Amino acid sequence: MKYRKKQQAAVISQKELVSGIYDLQLSVPDIAAQARAGQFVSLYCADKSRLLPRPVSLAGIGREEGTIRLIYRVSGAGTEEFSRLQPGDTLELLGPLGNGFPVETITGSREETGTRVFLIGGGIGIPPLLETAKALKDSVGVTGCTDGTGRIQITAVLGYRDSSTFLSREFNTVCDHVLIASEDGSIGTKGTVLDALREAGEISERPGRKNTVWFACGPTPMLRALKTCAEENGISCWLSLEERMACGVGACLACVCRTADTDEHSQVKNRRICKDGPVFRAEEIEL
Amino acid sequence: MSTGVIGRPDEQLEVILPEMKKMKTENSEMQEADLRVTIAGVELANPVMTASGTFGSGMEYSEFVDLNRLGAVVTKGVADVPWEGNATPRVAEVYGGMLNAIGLQNPGIDTFLKRDLPFLKKFDTKVIVNVCGHTEEEYLRVVEKLRDQPVDMLEINISCPNVKEGGIAFGLVPRGVENITKKIKAAAAQPVIMKLSPNVTDIAEIARAAEAGGADALSLINTLTGMKIDVQRRTFVLANKTGGMSGPAIHPVAVRMVWQCAQAVSIPLIGMGGIRSTEDALEFMLAGASAVAVGTANFIQPDITAEIVDGMRSYVQEQGLANIREIIGTVH
Repeated sequence: MKYRKKQQAAVISQKELVSGIYDLQLSVPDIAAQARAGQFVSLYCADKSRLLPRPVSLAGIGREEGTIRLIYRVSGAGTEEFSRLQPGDTLELLGPLGNGFPVETITGSREETGTRVFLIGGGIGIPPLLETAKALKDSVGVTGCTDGTGRIQITAVLGYRDSSTFLSREFNTVCDHVLIASEDGSIGTKGTVLDALREAGEISERPGRKNTVWFACGPTPMLRALKTCAEENGISCWLSLEERMACGVGACLACVCRTADTDEHSQVKNRRICKDGPVFRAEEIEL
Repeated sequence: MSTGVIGRPDEQLEVILPEMKKMKTENSEMQEADLRVTIAGVELANPVMTASGTFGSGMEYSEFVDLNRLGAVVTKGVADVPWEGNATPRVAEVYGGMLNAIGLQNPGIDTFLKRDLPFLKKFDTKVIVNVCGHTEEEYLRVVEKLRDQPVDMLEINISCPNVKEGGIAFGLVPRGVENITKKIKAAAAQPVIMKLSPNVTDIAEIARAAEAGGADALSLINTLTGMKIDVQRRTFVLANKTGGMSGPAIHPVAVRMVWQCAQAVSIPLIGMGGIRSTEDALEFMLAGASAVAVGTANFIQPDITAEIVDGMRSYVQEQGLANIREIIGTVH
């Protein structure tokens, strides 16, 4: 039996995209070969006084090159340590972990009239959706208009604090449409991703949204609002959640979320974000 | 072994063969090193266990480490019915350690017996079930249900700091410890290990009370109660406000307590608290522990337990010992 092991990744490059948000390219073939969009890796600090691994979602997977791309925000001493990594440095990590977005489920069961997938990201929740967009596109082979062709139309809905946007140009190259919102209104729709969706006519009392799918990642208030909206509009919605983790593999039960029904594994209304998630159907969880 | 050896094939062979021979000899010596220890009549292949609550029931970590290589797997606390645990955040990192306030979330004894125990029984390792409860009756219901089960030992958690009366009410005063130990001993079919709280004035007094109650062995220490405050948000980091501290920072406290208890009681001790290396584990044994449990370090390195088993083998050889048992309690 082959056991999963921590990997040593080599840093290929790192750059700061906007203030405090870093884009790290790593060479780690074993992880790149297995990883799926929406999964994450656990990064270990070199400073051993910081014990716990930091979970970071995969913003890109280069299966042929054996690389992964991580985009993270510096939010403490651990991520600050990572931000100082230079090409040639190494980094310990474990992964891929978690379930990922159900890309094949969506592309495999798409409506004959076409399926419209909205990738909705807020702040540092945006990066995993970039790989998800690419995976959707690869999985279908082609994107385009929806009418009667059974094709998948991908729209990214990206929410930022202000005009310091990141990744939006890359989304433009893989998605059919990109909608942008900023809290201060300096770019795109003023407000949140919900305001952008509303402005685009995607949130209304119109029924017949069964060919629409939402994949979302971002702050909890955003996910909560999307969950309510999706339920009201009859939209299939998946949410990628975040919580403080310790083991990252489903053993310690630190990172649980509340579920609507009793969970098979836990026997209570709790599921493990690291192991059963981080992606859940909106209706199965409570936020 | 280098694949860059230059020369004719037979010359390469001459280089490679002695090396292979050496490796083989080293391996067989490694296997011969006697790491067996006995606790309450139960012989473990080696002294390395997992600490309750850090390893689930072994299923998740079985992808990362060969459970057959462990002396024992100690399960996460099991109660008579499923427990939901605390609100999140349930963990926080602190310098050299972590705080947790999981609140003993567990699926309950019935699911444990149906799903988790059969899984563990597939491996050649001892199974120690950690038992938790809010009341005496709840503990006893679990212990009763385990009577006819293929379980090697019970570890009774009378020391969880994160659950109101989740054991700690029984674990803080000597009289309470002695009483609950007696009742569990009367009901249990397997040897009983009492897991002690370090959050007491005199750990030796508690250890003596457990021994007087008939405990077959003691596990120590559980986590130290701690707190972390978020200065930006000006509130507690943990939803539970307080949590149990574990990790390398508590190791010297745990070694001291094991040493103190070793002087106070004659039943075997299982040392735990902050082990993240072979050296850390050996300190516990020298202080008087017959076995050790690795907890938080599993989160840092999923195969750390197997690495410590290997490290102990090397230590037995390097020190010229007949077996690992020779060192138990030799520092006093």
